[in-house]
Parts: sequence; C-alpha cells; structure tokens
Amino acid sequence: MARMMSPGLLRYLAGRLLRALLTVVGLITIVFLLVRLIPGDPVEAILGDQAGPEEKAELRRALDLDRPVGEQYLSFLGNMADGSMGTSFRQPDRSVWSMMSDVLPYTIVLAIAALLVAWFVAIPLGTIAAAQAGKGWDKIASTVAVAGLAIPNIWLGPLLILAFGVKLRWLPLPGDDLAGPEALILPAITIGTALAAVLTRQTRAAMIEVLAQQYITAARARGVPSVALLLRHALRNALLPVMTIGAAQLGALLSGTVVTEKIFERPGLGTLFLDAFFARDIPVVQGCVLVIAVIYVGVNLFVDLAYGLVDPRVRLS
Amino acid sequence: MTKVRARLRKTPLGLAIVIGFFVLGLVGPWVAPYDPLAIDLLHEYEPPSWTHLLGTGDNGIDILSALLHGARLAAIVGVVVVGVSVLIGTLLGTWAGYAGRLTDHAITGIADLVQAFPAIVLNIAVLALVARPGLMHLIVALAVNGWVLYARLARAETLTLREREFVEAARALGIPTHQVLVRHVIPNLLGPLVIQATTGLGVVILAESTLSFLGLGPGKAVSWGALLDQGTSVLLRFPHVALFSGGAIALSVLGFNLTGDWLRDRLDPRFR
Repeated sequence: MARMMSPGLLRYLAGRLLRALLTVVGLITIVFLLVRLIPGDPVEAILGDQAGPEEKAELRRALDLDRPVGEQYLSFLGNMADGSMGTSFRQPDRSVWSMMSDVLPYTIVLAIAALLVAWFVAIPLGTIAAAQAGKGWDKIASTVAVAGLAIPNIWLGPLLILAFGVKLRWLPLPGDDLAGPEALILPAITIGTALAAVLTRQTRAAMIEVLAQQYITAARARGVPSVALLLRHALRNALLPVMTIGAAQLGALLSGTVVTEKIFERPGLGTLFLDAFFARDIPVVQGCVLVIAVIYVGVNLFVDLAYGLVDPRVRLS
Repeated sequence: MTKVRARLRKTPLGLAIVIGFFVLGLVGPWVAPYDPLAIDLLHEYEPPSWTHLLGTGDNGIDILSALLHGARLAAIVGVVVVGVSVLIGTLLGTWAGYAGRLTDHAITGIADLVQAFPAIVLNIAVLALVARPGLMHLIVALAVNGWVLYARLARAETLTLREREFVEAARALGIPTHQVLVRHVIPNLLGPLVIQATTGLGVVILAESTLSFLGLGPGKAVSWGALLDQGTSVLLRFPHVALFSGGAIALSVLGFNLTGDWLRDRLDPRFR
C-alpha cells in the first residue's frame, strides 16, 4: 500500500480530507447559526405563548440561550466534539447521539436496500438498452426512465402499498411486524425508483461510449461472442462511473428515507427528525441535520478517495 | 431510447400540462364546485360520483375543489420561489463569475455548504425554528437552497461570457461594471436560465407537496401534499383520496420535466 502512495496521490488525499473537514466545520457553524439567525424566539416556538416568564427563563438556560453568542458557540462545538451532540429537550437524561444511534441502523439498511434495487434495475436495463440502441428494449428502458423520474416517491409509496399490500397481499402493510426482510422491499422500491431511472440513463450512455471504442471492435473482430463482449469487455469499464454514487443521488437517497419512513411507519433517522421537529426538540433537530449532512459529506469523500486510488486521471484534474 | 425521448420532447404534451396547470392555478378557486374546507360529515370518504366528481375526503370535503384550490397554492409557491431563486442566484452567480478571486471563492463556498445538505432536510431545519410555519416561511425555506442551482449556472456562463470580445469591448470603452453586467452579460444568460427555471418549477412544486405531505405545509391552506397525507392515512379503506391527489402532483411534475426538455431542445443550440 505504502509503495502506491506517490507524492501526487498523497497531496490529493490530504487536499480532499482538508476540504471535507472544512465543510463539516462550516456545517456545524451553519446549524448553530440557523437557530440564532432566523427571526422568532425558539423558546416561544417550543413552549407556545401560554408559558410563564419563569418557565421561559428556565428553558433559555437549558438551551444556553442566556449566554453570550461566542460562549454558546464554544459549548456547541464542545458538544459536537465529545460526540454527545447535546441533550434532548423531551428526554433530558438522553444524549442526542444515543437517540440517533438507536435508529440509525434502520435508515442505513433502508438506504442500502434502495441502492441495491436501483442497481438491480438500472444496470441490466441500461446495458440492454445500449446494446439495442434505438430498438425495442431501448424504448422500454426510455419509458421506464421518464416515468421513474416523474412519479414522486410520496405517491409511489401509497401506490405500491395498494398494489402489493392490499390487492395482491404479497407484502406486509405499513405498521405490520418489521421482522422479515420482506418489509424492506416496498420502501426500498419507493426510494430506489427515481435513482434507477437516473442510473439507467447513465449506464446506457456509458455503455454506448465504451462500445464505440476500438478494443471492442477488435474483440468483435476476434470473434468474441456478443454476450461475453457486452458483459466481460464493455460492462466492466462502463460500470465504474455508474456505481459511483454522485452527490445528487445520495441526497435523493437520504431525503427519500425521511419520506419513506413516514409512509411505511418505519423507525429511523427520518422519523426521529420529524418527531423532533413537531416537538420543537431543537437539539435533536440539529443533531439529525448534522448527522445527515456528515453522512453526505463522508460518502462523497469516500467515493472521491476511492476514485483517486483506482483511477490516476482523477488526481491530476 | 433517444427516439422515444425525442418524440416525447417534440410533442408539446408537457406544454399542455403546464398551461393547464397555470390556468387551473389562476381560475381554479373560482370554478371549484364547493368550498374546499366545507365540512359534510354525512358524506365522508365517498368514492367519485356525479355530485362529487372525484369523491370526498376527510370531513367530507370535495376532493376536486380541494385540488383546484391546491393548484393555486402550488402555482404561487412555485412561481414565487423560482422567481426569488432566479433573481438571487443570477445576481450572486454573475457577480462571482465576473469579479472572480475572493468574491468567487466566498459565493462558491456558501453554495457548496448549502448543497452539502440534502434539500428537504435543510428545508425542514429552517421550518423547525418557526412556531407556526406559514406560506411566507415555506417560501423562504424553499428559496434558501433554491438559488444555488441558478447561481452555479449564471457563474459558469459568466465565466465564458467575460472572455468574449463584445464584453471586452464594452469594458475597454469604459462602461461601468454594473452596466456591462446588466446590458451585456445578463441578457445572454436568459436562455439557459429559462430552461433551468422550467424544470425548477417542477422541483419546487414537488418540494412543496413533500413538505405539506410531511405535515410542514402552511397552516390551513389546501395543499396537494396535505391531501395526499390524509389519503395515505386512509389508504387501505378509501384509496381514491391518495390516488387523485398524488396523481395531480405527478402529472404537474411530469409536465414541467417534459417542457424543460422541450425548451432545451429548442433554445440550446448544443442539443440540436
């Protein structure tokens, strides 16, 4: 490994790490400022206008809002740095992080399942579409892509429940026991459909580009059978950009979990986020925003680094 | 694939949907057969009939009327949010691209930070800080990240325009910077901005519906997303509520997507 680390690669890794770190510090600052800059008093928002002055003063103390802004910022940074991320208003004995770590696995499993659904649909469909550009399968793939992008996940979820839960009775309904993996299928499709549409187009475009290259013509001339040509020679090279999750898709994936957890009544970061929103439990809201943003930045960083290791051209640009 | 897409783009079906959407947004509340908030408990969750063409929903409200009123809300939110976003985005993007250096770094840095949040999460975070989120708050929340897309577009176009001869000539003639921007740079940005704004309208309408669906919409206003939320909670017994309200959202988004593609084909020479 160490031998592979050329100075250029090291500089690239260090640069990307530094940028990610700066982004995270910037995010923490924005999350901190949001509460203080937006007009309106969070204490009033939490307690309503019926609360007495003593009650308000107490909450203000608990929120650290009675101290100078600089001090507030330092204590906020401290809470972030020690990993607790502060304390929930609703459950003062629990740290925000412990509430999040309870539900995070549900969200991560759901996001990964959605990604698998998208790949499972997009890679074969995009490959066939590219192989038959302009013909039957290509048209089907195109229609799927247009429809997949137009159907909002807030509608797709209920439609899937109606079709597979109510009419066909193949899959569990929202609120049913979550034990089996089959409870994951409909939520994963709900999030994965739009992603599948985007990735189908990407796979097709990447495959068409690869298929036009000379080594493919050469392989064809050598008499390599067309299926082997597609799978072994072309798909391999077309797949890397497709399986690299772009920032926009990751954002859609994470936003999708918020919506889908509500539709399917699943526990998770999105449900915790919304519950905290309605209870005006601001430390938990802040924690969720931050964790989602850090996941976002972290995955982007990981993808960039992996790319830099695999593909030397990236490091130069 | 390209053929189907090309055909779909050529048919102004998308345009028809978009025009229909705006017409309904304009006249909808006047032609609605009922008051969308009128309570009629004897006729709750009735399937479509001649008296209620799309059936009734929660508290017996007429769904067609609710959808017509919802079209106005979606149109207002869409137009205002996209308008504000285009304005702010164009100004900041042009400024960043033209001034370069520190200004550029500062504006691009803020844009990067805003984009480091998934859009809907940032929207919710902004709304969480208001006691009773209303229409204004919803618009502000959506504009907080709405401008970034237009700023990036305006910046990228300005970077190339800045080096063009006619801009250089204007500068050489001693025309003040703000006039160079207003007279020579911004008019050349309009085409790409219009294309982006069309697709952007669909994005904002979907975002408004999603926030209303999650229960964060503006108070009493009738919204497609809020109706879909009600419909989802009674989905197993009365599916028509969710079917119609979700259908209205999906159709509008499809319309704006198709129209955006169609405009791109017509206005952007690179796609011809």
